[in-house]
Amino acid sequence: MEKEEVKKKIYELVEKSTGKKKLKSSDIQKTVSADAGISRDEVKDALRDLVDEGKLIYTYFGGSFVEIPPQQ
Amino acid sequence: MPKKYDTPLLDELEKGPFPSFVTEIKKAAARSDMAADELGQLEKSYRDKRGYWKHGGIVGVRGYGSGVIGRYSSLPDQFPNVANFHTVRINSTSGFFYTSQFLNEMCDIWDKYGSGLTNLHGSTGDLVLLGTDTANLEAIFAEFSSRGWDLGGSGSAMRTPSCCVGPARCEWSCIDTLDINYAITQEWQDEMHRPAFPYKFKFKTAGCAVDCIASIARADCSIIGTWKGNIAVDQAEVANYAKKGMNITEEIVNMCPSKCMSYDGKELKITDADCIRCMHCIAKMTKALKPTGEKGASILVGSKAPFVIGATLSWVIVPFIKMEPPYDEFKDLIRKMWEFWDEYGKNRERIGELIIRKGMREFLEFIGVEPQPQQVKEPRRDPFFFWTEADLQK
Repeated sequence: MEKEEVKKKIYELVEKSTGKKKLKSSDIQKTVSADAGISRDEVKDALRDLVDEGKLIYTYFGGSFVEIPPQQ
Repeated sequence: MPKKYDTPLLDELEKGPFPSFVTEIKKAAARSDMAADELGQLEKSYRDKRGYWKHGGIVGVRGYGSGVIGRYSSLPDQFPNVANFHTVRINSTSGFFYTSQFLNEMCDIWDKYGSGLTNLHGSTGDLVLLGTDTANLEAIFAEFSSRGWDLGGSGSAMRTPSCCVGPARCEWSCIDTLDINYAITQEWQDEMHRPAFPYKFKFKTAGCAVDCIASIARADCSIIGTWKGNIAVDQAEVANYAKKGMNITEEIVNMCPSKCMSYDGKELKITDADCIRCMHCIAKMTKALKPTGEKGASILVGSKAPFVIGATLSWVIVPFIKMEPPYDEFKDLIRKMWEFWDEYGKNRERIGELIIRKGMREFLEFIGVEPQPQQVKEPRRDPFFFWTEADLQK
């Protein structure tokens, strides 16, 4: 699977859970790798890109989570 | 800058023979509004017997999930200069060795962008910079990273590893703690800066069982230097210690936890097979005793401050492992532990708590380590033992 496609899947997963459940990085890795049939390292790599691009951010609320940055 | 707040309660903490953090904050407050308001809010906390800090949230630098801890005053109208008072953790050096040039630069950067207050070192081991505004974070990061420094760990991540001074200053170190610490830092950058664990994970490396870094009480994974050979005894030096007034029976022999020593007033004898390598005798009689033979480390897991369960000390998982670059055996072991934690750990559950919950047998089977007597932390309290199918077929 192309990296861009993995990134899209990750973003959609985070977007879908926004306001319902905060996702940890490991939740994303487990879910996307199982759904897409790819390794967790590939998901991790795509997730790193999304964070580096500022499309997703890490937050801390009694544990570290991955979320969509708030609108400025 | 004139004094902004009266601080009668904090003033009490300046009395006595020890250095006072209040004195230092007052010095910073003379030239920083942020430090002045911090002092005011702290006095109010002491007066009201409650804290006024909130922490967490979404602050950080781009690409990193660690290294910045968001802190906010819950009284921003009363103390506007500490409305944002974020902590920045800078990855400390192995053994905490710095040049004076770096310390000067660090203080200049922090005076420019922050409160001027630092904490060398925080209990995590980081070089901690206390109090800055959200708008300054990227600039601070740029200043430090352009000088070759990086952020430390925070949140549900591998925390900045730390170690004792090891062979740099101590001839008793059985392992190169500084190199091990550096290797851990470099190997697991992702695990430190992109939080993906159920909760925090700390490494601390001590050169010997004296454990100057207190790894046994403060690290999820304690790496403690040890040896396999006997303790060499220089009887002439033993006699010197006795001559200088050391009560060898009381101070050395009777303090030996495994009672493997005897002293008849002339000769100190050690039954090495019974020695548990606690370092007590060697640390007391450095000129007379020294470890010999193969050097390596014991790997212990599980210490932590109180949270889900009370405070725990680390316990032995691997009694002896060679610790030589590139540390592949050690790294593989850690990855297996993390895999177990990732598979079964709950949010905010430390690895030690998970092992207690799931049981040592399951943990050892998962990581592929054979059960050994040294792993027994305490005698069993229940008389029941559940054999597995595989055990029964043996």
